[in-house]
Amino acid sequence: MARFSPDNEALARRIVDRYPVAKSATIPLCHLAQEQDGYLAPDAMEHVAELVGCTPAEVLGTASFYEMFKLHPVGRYCLNICTNISCRLLGASELLARAEERLGVRAGGTTADGTITLEDVECIAACTEAPALQVNYRYVERVDAAALDALIDDLRSGTGRAEEFPPHGTLGLVRQELGPDDLANVTPPGEQVEPVWFARNAAPTDEGAS
Amino acid sequence: MSERPRPIEVTDPVTITVDGRPIEVQRGELLIDACERNDAYIPRFCYHPRMEPVGMCRMCLVEVDTGRGPALQPSCMIPTAPDMVVETASERVTKAQDGVLEFLLANHPLDCPVCDKGGECPLQDQTMAYGPGESRWVEEKRHYEKPIEISPLVLLDRERCILCDRCTRFASEVTDDPLIHFINRGSNTEVNTFPGDPFSSYFSGNTVQICPVGALTATPYRFRARPWDLERTESTCTTCSVGCRVTLESSRDRMLRINGVDSDPVNWSWLCDAGRFSFEATNSEDRLTEPLRRNPDGSFSGIRWSEALTVVADALRGSDPQRVAVLGGSRLTDESAYAWAALAKGVVGTDHVDAQLGDGLPAAVFDLPGATIDDVCRPGGTVLYLGPDPKEELPVLFLRLKHAAQRDGVRILEVTPTATSLTPYAVAGVRPRPGELAAVASVLAGGDVPAEGVAGVPAAELEGVLDALGAADGPVSVVIGRPNLAESAQVVLDAAASLSALPGVRFLPVVRRGNARGAVTAGLAPGRLPGGARLGSDDHWSSTWSTVPTAAGHDALGILAAAAAGEISTLVLLGADPLSDVGDRALVDRALERVDTIVALDAFPTASVRRADLVLPVAVAGEVDGTTTNLEGRVSRVRAKVTPPGTARADWVVAVELARRLGAEWTARTVEALRDELVAGAPQLAGTSWAQVDAADDGVVVDLTGRGFDPGPTAPVPQIDSYSLRLVLSRELYDGGELLARSESLAGLSRTPTVGISVGDAERLGVSDGTALIVRGERGSLTLPARVSSGIPRGTAHLVHRLEGSDPISLLSADEVACDVRVELA
Amino acid sequence: MTDQSTDPAVPRVVSSRFDVADAHTLEVYRTTGSFPGYAGLAAALERTPDEVRESVVAATLLGRGGAGFPAGVKWGFCPPGVWPRYVVVNGDESEPGTYKDRMLMERDPHQLIEGALIAAYAIGAAQVFLYVRGEMPHAQERIAAALNEALAAGLVGRNILGTDFSVDVLLHWGAGAYIVGEETALIESLEGNRGMPRLKPPFFPAAKGLYMRPTIVNNVETLANLPWLMHHGVDAYRAVGTETSPGTRLIALSGHVRRPGVYEVPQGTTTFRDLFHDERYGGGIRDGNELKMFIPGGASAPWFFPEQIDLPLEARPVGAAGSMLGSGAVVVMDETTDAVEACYSLVRFFARESCGKCTPCREGTTWEEKILERILEGHGRPSDIDLLLDVADNISPGPYPVAADPEHGLEAVPFPPKQTTICPLGPSSVAPITSAIRRFRSEFEARITRRDLIPVSSAAPGAAVTGGDDV
Repeated sequence: MARFSPDNEALARRIVDRYPVAKSATIPLCHLAQEQDGYLAPDAMEHVAELVGCTPAEVLGTASFYEMFKLHPVGRYCLNICTNISCRLLGASELLARAEERLGVRAGGTTADGTITLEDVECIAACTEAPALQVNYRYVERVDAAALDALIDDLRSGTGRAEEFPPHGTLGLVRQELGPDDLANVTPPGEQVEPVWFARNAAPTDEGAS
Repeated sequence: MSERPRPIEVTDPVTITVDGRPIEVQRGELLIDACERNDAYIPRFCYHPRMEPVGMCRMCLVEVDTGRGPALQPSCMIPTAPDMVVETASERVTKAQDGVLEFLLANHPLDCPVCDKGGECPLQDQTMAYGPGESRWVEEKRHYEKPIEISPLVLLDRERCILCDRCTRFASEVTDDPLIHFINRGSNTEVNTFPGDPFSSYFSGNTVQICPVGALTATPYRFRARPWDLERTESTCTTCSVGCRVTLESSRDRMLRINGVDSDPVNWSWLCDAGRFSFEATNSEDRLTEPLRRNPDGSFSGIRWSEALTVVADALRGSDPQRVAVLGGSRLTDESAYAWAALAKGVVGTDHVDAQLGDGLPAAVFDLPGATIDDVCRPGGTVLYLGPDPKEELPVLFLRLKHAAQRDGVRILEVTPTATSLTPYAVAGVRPRPGELAAVASVLAGGDVPAEGVAGVPAAELEGVLDALGAADGPVSVVIGRPNLAESAQVVLDAAASLSALPGVRFLPVVRRGNARGAVTAGLAPGRLPGGARLGSDDHWSSTWSTVPTAAGHDALGILAAAAAGEISTLVLLGADPLSDVGDRALVDRALERVDTIVALDAFPTASVRRADLVLPVAVAGEVDGTTTNLEGRVSRVRAKVTPPGTARADWVVAVELARRLGAEWTARTVEALRDELVAGAPQLAGTSWAQVDAADDGVVVDLTGRGFDPGPTAPVPQIDSYSLRLVLSRELYDGGELLARSESLAGLSRTPTVGISVGDAERLGVSDGTALIVRGERGSLTLPARVSSGIPRGTAHLVHRLEGSDPISLLSADEVACDVRVELA
Repeated sequence: MTDQSTDPAVPRVVSSRFDVADAHTLEVYRTTGSFPGYAGLAAALERTPDEVRESVVAATLLGRGGAGFPAGVKWGFCPPGVWPRYVVVNGDESEPGTYKDRMLMERDPHQLIEGALIAAYAIGAAQVFLYVRGEMPHAQERIAAALNEALAAGLVGRNILGTDFSVDVLLHWGAGAYIVGEETALIESLEGNRGMPRLKPPFFPAAKGLYMRPTIVNNVETLANLPWLMHHGVDAYRAVGTETSPGTRLIALSGHVRRPGVYEVPQGTTTFRDLFHDERYGGGIRDGNELKMFIPGGASAPWFFPEQIDLPLEARPVGAAGSMLGSGAVVVMDETTDAVEACYSLVRFFARESCGKCTPCREGTTWEEKILERILEGHGRPSDIDLLLDVADNISPGPYPVAADPEHGLEAVPFPPKQTTICPLGPSSVAPITSAIRRFRSEFEARITRRDLIPVSSAAPGAAVTGGDDV
């Protein structure tokens, strides 16, 4: 499956409707497609293009700009080891080298069993908890060699910590609930309407600027 | 680069200082243009004067001081302001530009010796002019598979690309075909298409022209020549009637390339791919190269020109002038058209002359007050669009209208039988039933809106267009043409008659054939004299010519009807192929059968040429000198770049020679003389003498003042047959026309024919896209796959003219105002 | 994990709930922390939008994303009478060394939402877009849950807190691109495009931003200050920090200190020495080592050295000394650090993250990376050091900001750098190069001429898959 399932298409349409301009939904919809398929398939990009009203080339242009979108299948787990400055100062390079050795793949590669894709990534905003890594974008912090080994074992066997990580492509497990009736739609795009509360500026409160 | 700054009128001058020199510029114009206009050219790659600046390549960095100290700024993004101080060649600027060039060359392959662009490459030129002597780059360069075919016409060598965003910007901004895009990021960025979705834009060739390196090449030109071997001349494209300015480029007497020239009132340097690449037909093996005479067994034999001309002269001399007719001429130059008009009307004495084939617009539309493209596209204006799909028939006019609508606040109100490429840019639109356009026009011109609507258009939709029209605070112009070849031209005239009541309205008549307007203006129309005067209303030609027709002759359909009735002995076809183009196949067939002598002047052996008794090979665009008149009435030069094959010659030469043989005292022996003879007798053409047109790069527009428009007898409103669908027959850019069919690169691009029906009719019939349907008319039937479209109103069937595998004109009848067909499951 | 200071003299403006359990829920948000949740919004709604903006101007709330521009002044750049307007929350935290916005989003999402609502009220926004970095699904979850709660409680959407103030708040998330932290690139990304920065001029977001409408893009921490500010008032706010840099900042202290962590410190009154050595904060350099250098404000900031350790954490003096406080990311490097490898790691980052839009950054950062890679792999040429500096100069025409070097009699070049590029990303790549070469040129030379001097680690991508020595 690569186009959206009926349920996901319905969700995709709800997402599109929240934006003043449909194309803004491109990235959220690509994430949804990736959540569905584990990667961003060509058919999915065509479906996204239809839903946001642009060409597939434009969706590809956007998607290929962002490293989270995988245009080819990847492992169930993306093991992203940060090797930027704060992590590197505390041994990230060695951690990466160890992971490469343990997994038998270079950074960017996927294990032969299709379980783990190893990536050498830039700063993941866990600098004070260095060295840090992410599995499917869930943090594992202050990682040492033993912890890395244990994590890899878990991921390979699908047990232990592996259960904390939903399959690649799944991001937030809680979605924002925002139906069309929930939108205040204060100023529709293309209309020059001053928000009602701005009329208050004409009559300042007694307090004035504090 | 060959681009030049857009012409600008300095209405709000400010003084800026450039390299110590005060110059006066228009406030707010881009610094890069202001400097160039004042002889301080700033190097650039990404900036193109006809596209929004993006400031990406950084080559045009200059130091700009607006009072807060000098800072490096991209001059393509900086609007001029008073007292700006600019340094274009300071040490810092030079260092920055050298740096940018070095960066661009870092990954650029050094394959200039085998690159098509070598010799005319802005990167190469600027490296010579501004760059460092040698590269300090010792790393591995980027490599890509090369070349990749991004469309049937365009190839991409990605490693040569400098990511200037010109082609991609053109695709998204100028044409709205964003099928090529930046892919990936950073130094891995490349231009590419989505897999399986090629850059099939009608305008793809422009990306090759504007590419500042050799990354994009066109299949018809790749590896054919080196720029320094090319000879160039400036001319006008006559593939359609927009009249784009072009350069014709040849080597060793063979046409190799056509590029667009930036004509501000017309094409802004853009061309459609049909105009750019159909020159290939010039080099076709199918060209007629010698006069041919039909043998009794139906085969043809070559004969000498003198012999052929004698035969034609005899046929003309031997016929009663009323039994001589001339059909066609819309592809001729003004001068050839005039020569033939003068021969037919002033020497032979027949008025059965029509440059068009019933599929254009009658001469009367040129009596309406005229509008230029610039008039129609003037910012803030309102356009009533009653023409064919401009992207299909007049592609560059589509670009101008689209630009006007998107960027200049021009409001387009579309009144067409089906949706067109303009629909997304129109603020309102209605879809009148074919044959009933005039009723809608009369409402728009101020009539009441009947509660039940008009011509199948609901009252509410009409009110929408009326409201938009009422809100017009600028000029209103009407673009008028033939959106439907299955509808009588009279319907269009009747609509124009109503709309001419709108205050201050002006009309842009659009016809597809390259020089239809010029041919009509030169006199190739019944009832008209050169210059457009009606028969009998003019002294000049009656005093100049030995004979002048006294009564208006037949138009094309009339000529064919007369011929079919045995009333025509000699029929001259001037590049006309009535068998393929006239909307009544049976009539044409009978007509050609009964005429004694058919003389065809043509470049290719068309269906009609094969029925001729005598075939005279003629030169085509690129082989003849002269002028052409575009749809606006703009007269501009066409030039010969290569010699015609064999003994083919210009049409006017044939006319002049025949006139001499017929004993006429006619002295014009050159195109210059013909032009000036025509202009001397035509007040409307004042200012368009040979010398004047020759000196005007953008051409000269004829007098567009209205001249007593008379639509003639109103067309009857056709009855509605509720079991039928009414036919809309339109054209597409890539059809089976002679030029395209013989242009190797374009021949395969036409679409598969379909029958378009509305969503509602599809539901009623229970069909979807691709279902085989029979389209049945009184004259015949076609079996075609269905195409269900929301752009087609209920009750309408949409066919396309002249696609391989479909022959819709076989369904038409010349004497009907509209054509009804039954559509059923095959 | 925050190791937060408990000094009662320092108000916790934005981090007061970091250590409170379930602070991400509405219930806990309302009842804990240094102000009652949504009281700041309520206070704001009692004033006019202009008055709210004027208070933010008066408080001199400086942007916490990196540039340090006063937020209230930025709000005032919206052209009058042009609608709709938008507020975009920049939660695309990805500057190397920076870790604070994620904490604010994960641990106290309502505080951020409240801050965004106050901004939306002040400028008259029709919609708020909360743009969260793609690689932060936990933050996305927390914000989504908080927005769902807020919607149910009438705190977002129509008639907020029963007033005439209404605004839609939409959670949006990215997909991995550092450059999207730049505000115009973020807007492009939010429009569904490649996150490539726009040119300023003419595309200043306050005038021509999202969908070419007036748009205020504020950093997460900036907005998180607003509820406290509205609740406690301008005077209370200005009582913390200094005259020109009031309030506190969240500082992510990472690298070779004993206690790395995120600390909320008063601006200007804390020095780097305090931060590194005070037991409330870093607690000293690890293993008792000597400080070699430190980055005072994220990867884009030129490096500081032991001589700069007594500078206060305040924009002006740091800028004058040749660097910036940037995004509050302080990275400490001790004597064991290889300056060439540190430089490479930072330059590689900018090369990987260059969007590719403008030539000098696209080609220049990659070139810098390749040269450094060669040097690290032992293929350096003697001319490479000057070549690096000149390539850098073609991205950011010098003199480039750099700290003083009293030992060699070199003066500081103040911030900011110049650029031939569209945005500051390319010039940021120059910071580590200029800093490292000026101070540690001999280390580069040693790499080039005496490859055995310093152990080579497995720094470069494509290097052999072996464990390396310590950095």
